Amino acid sequence: MNADLFNFVAGLADDRLVLGHRLSEWCGHAPILEEDIALANIALDLIGQAQNFLKLAGDIEGAGRNEDQLAYFRDPAQFLNLQLVEQPNGDFAFTIARQAIFDCWSVYLLEALSSSSHQELAALCVRAAKEDRYHWKHSSTWVQRLGDGTAESHQRMQSAFDALWSFTPELFQATAAQQKLVAAGLIPNLSSLESQWRKAMNELLEMATLKVPTVGAAAGRPARSQHTAHLAPMLSEMQGLARAFPGAAW
Amino acid sequence: MLPSHEQVWRELATIPDPEIPAISIVDLGIVRDVQVDGGAVRISITPTYSGCPAMRLIEDQIKELLTQDGFSCIEVKTVYAPAWTTDWLSPDAKQRLKASGIAPPQPATELVAGPKRRQPLACPFCDSTQTELRSEFGPTACKAIYFCNSCRQPFEHFKNF
Repeated sequence: MNADLFNFVAGLADDRLVLGHRLSEWCGHAPILEEDIALANIALDLIGQAQNFLKLAGDIEGAGRNEDQLAYFRDPAQFLNLQLVEQPNGDFAFTIARQAIFDCWSVYLLEALSSSSHQELAALCVRAAKEDRYHWKHSSTWVQRLGDGTAESHQRMQSAFDALWSFTPELFQATAAQQKLVAAGLIPNLSSLESQWRKAMNELLEMATLKVPTVGAAAGRPARSQHTAHLAPMLSEMQGLARAFPGAAW
Repeated sequence: MLPSHEQVWRELATIPDPEIPAISIVDLGIVRDVQVDGGAVRISITPTYSGCPAMRLIEDQIKELLTQDGFSCIEVKTVYAPAWTTDWLSPDAKQRLKASGIAPPQPATELVAGPKRRQPLACPFCDSTQTELRSEFGPTACKAIYFCNSCRQPFEHFKNF
């Protein structure tokens, strides 16, 4: 059971570590100053959440690995994040679409996990859910503004959702580990997440005058088991310093 | 003589928050518990936001203060449950935030209230509610940027959390 809980919590962490790192790539490059600050703040929240979840995962594993060892010394194949979050930033619309898809799902997920019987996991999720509500407000506001904006911004927003939609089935694919944890009462049943997410996304896209893309075929592989070609180069940059100088400190 | 349990609490209340020096780490609710046992002292702290970069500094400042007090065994422990909320700020701390030009947090339930049910936010300088949100994200994780249309001043809001 510990291995299953480790995988689940490490998955929560890896989603946030990878997405936080992607958002940090915008620092100094965002279209306006407020956005530069906003994306960096969201990155900071997500990396902080990742740190806390990885620390918890390390404690659950009980093999003496701390959050830094888990972040910097696992290879791409051992990362348990969704493919959605490792996709490169693209243009601003692409980053915002990726974020809105994630934020909406993450708020529902973390709020459900806030009632986990695992007290520390529940407490981390209460805090993170509040942070992610602010992220969702931010990303959904931009989706409306750009979708219902100029012909150019509308087209870019639509293209971004069209390109990212095939990564959404993985969000709702329950892993075998997850099902065992539900059976053991460690995490609540997450089966209602998909309908909640679909309803909220449909409402948002409609308000933004965007079309809901047709759903891509469900992935024919276990969730969180494979990565696209984009993860490894990102991790090699993120992990380079820690691996070149093990134990390096500020 | 080593300070008592109550004295340690009072001393900790003199450590300003590194990012918002108008209020202390006790005002903010970061300090959750103090245990004094002979020459040993154990402090429990909780982070505000998950990625708050000030936590390490706060821990160092607590250790420095208690070392000066003469404690031989000092432990600063981070606890996560219950999760921090801005509802823990005292009325007095909120008043001092306002006096330093930061609009204090409203009840944390405002975070989940729908847009139409939200309380208007008063400008900390002129008390007008003719204010508008400029960005949910500001110079620190816990603050948003607003603008007052009455006195034409930008100001920070300690977000409801």
